[in-house]
Amino acid sequence: MSGEINHLLEFLLRQGDNTLVLGHRTSEWCGVGPALEEDIALANTALDLIGQTQLWLGYAAEVEGKNRSANDLAFLRDPYDFRNVLMMEVPNEDFGRTLMRQFLFDAFQVPWLTELQNSTNQRVSEIAAKSLKEALYHLERSRETVIALGDGTEESNKRMQATLDYLWPYTGELFGEDTTDQAMSAQGIAPVPSTLKNAWKTLVSRAFSEAYLKAPESDFAHSGGRTGFRHTEHLGHMLATMQTLQRSYPGATW
Amino acid sequence: MYAQMVKSTGKGVQPLEEMGPQDRAFQERIDRGEKIEPKDWMPDAYRKNLIRQMGQHAHSEIVGQLPEGNWITRAPTLERKANLLAKVQDEAGHGLYIYCAAETLGISRDELFEQLHSGKMKYSSIFNYPTLTWADMGAVGWLVDGAAIMNQVPLQRTSFGPYARAMVRICKEESFHQRQGYHIMIQMAKEGTADQKRMAQDAFNRFWYPALMMFGPSDKDSVHSAQSMAWKIKMNTNDELRQKFVDETVPQAEYLGLTVPDEHLKFNDETGHYDFSEPDWDEFMDVISGNGPCNTDRLEARKKAWNDGAWVREGMMAHADKKAQRKLAAE
Ligand SMILES: [Fe+2]
Ligand SMILES: [Fe+2]
Ligand SMILES: [Fe+2]
Repeated sequence: MSGEINHLLEFLLRQGDNTLVLGHRTSEWCGVGPALEEDIALANTALDLIGQTQLWLGYAAEVEGKNRSANDLAFLRDPYDFRNVLMMEVPNEDFGRTLMRQFLFDAFQVPWLTELQNSTNQRVSEIAAKSLKEALYHLERSRETVIALGDGTEESNKRMQATLDYLWPYTGELFGEDTTDQAMSAQGIAPVPSTLKNAWKTLVSRAFSEAYLKAPESDFAHSGGRTGFRHTEHLGHMLATMQTLQRSYPGATW
Repeated sequence: MYAQMVKSTGKGVQPLEEMGPQDRAFQERIDRGEKIEPKDWMPDAYRKNLIRQMGQHAHSEIVGQLPEGNWITRAPTLERKANLLAKVQDEAGHGLYIYCAAETLGISRDELFEQLHSGKMKYSSIFNYPTLTWADMGAVGWLVDGAAIMNQVPLQRTSFGPYARAMVRICKEESFHQRQGYHIMIQMAKEGTADQKRMAQDAFNRFWYPALMMFGPSDKDSVHSAQSMAWKIKMNTNDELRQKFVDETVPQAEYLGLTVPDEHLKFNDETGHYDFSEPDWDEFMDVISGNGPCNTDRLEARKKAWNDGAWVREGMMAHADKKAQRKLAAE
């Protein structure tokens, strides 16, 4: 990277890439959900996340000041320029993993966006306020679904436990504390995410006890997504699909 | 259409004076334009016919999610991605309304799914064609939703109340879908690059005849259609609707600068309509009997979704039961 890091830009990309990558994964469910009602709800979630992405990346593009648009950022960046946490990019696998991931993220997003509403940066505070309304009902639904499937049958419980074990090591990255986080905190733009860890843990633990699920003891955390240093192998495949038209026909308008 | 070649009694329409009093009173209600509601008495054949027609229609909505779902992950911009997602979500909603309306006739959604999966019930032939480029998202919205509207607008006046009301909601969304598809075509065919224009013409070439087939073969001599029309669960003949579709679509294609893949297409000054070539009805029969380009894949995709989701549905039901029991125990 040349010159000084633009911390606000980094911060905005982290927000927008989380919603973009998760929104894309969720959109992969289109037409193949376990029931029509779930199909519709998944599409709803994906739509909300894509809408939030347009706001975050739209602002990021302005802050970057290189005459790029939200679409340019979404469709023309390479994997190492993405700033989403790794948890967003792992494949859907099944409905259980998709909803468990959504819950683990929503449980972070709700307190996080609540704090961001008080941001000294007015744009951040506006985007947060709008996104929070959606995150609240996402959380309500993902929480209920995780509890239902954890409680449901022996099979559904087993599957949900396995998926929780798989995703758990990816949750730690949500609570980073690097120079960008500190710069945002110093300017009153955003709190340091690690300060939300206890609130998040309380929220998820309560749901897990209702769901007869057990969070792993280990605090080990994968990282490399929100800095872009080392994404998973999955992101490249996802972007190859997502970016195909913009990459294959440079400059075309769709 | 979304319901093609639905069979009725096969006997032809009985004249009023030959009907028993109950059948006659029923037919007279329909003739007066009254709506039949689920609790009203209705002839068995009317009920069976409607279940077939509405089942096919609902199945078409949900199988129809697949060809467009095929491009959601490759949509070229965030706006297009959101629009396409919203459209396909609407189609799931349409399926849901129609299944619910069909349930009032005494058949469950699960039973209808079973009949779809076993191949006993069909869905529209159009969804057995592949979507190969982004221009297909334009062509499908413009032509397929466009053809669906031709049939669904009159169905808002159909005799069965729940079906008619579902159509009112659905038609609003369908015309939005059609405009969205047409807009993709404008962008590509009229304002696009050479590559985009080529994709647009190619999509049009592939979807033109399958869209004409959506209305089904000529049924001016069909006893099934005559009965359905007497019951007002079919409002126009297939040929009427096809002609209307051609008359409306050709000028739109001209505006886009696209060539209709029919060398015999010609405006007829005497009739005031376009003369056009019939689609290949042998191909149509192949598609509806299971040999279309995507029949096997589409049905497999639906079955896989259903089977993969079984543990989720079972888990949710078990949870709902346990919750109810716990509540009972606590009282
Ligand atoms: Fe529809
Ligand atoms: Fe449709
Ligand atoms: Fe539609």
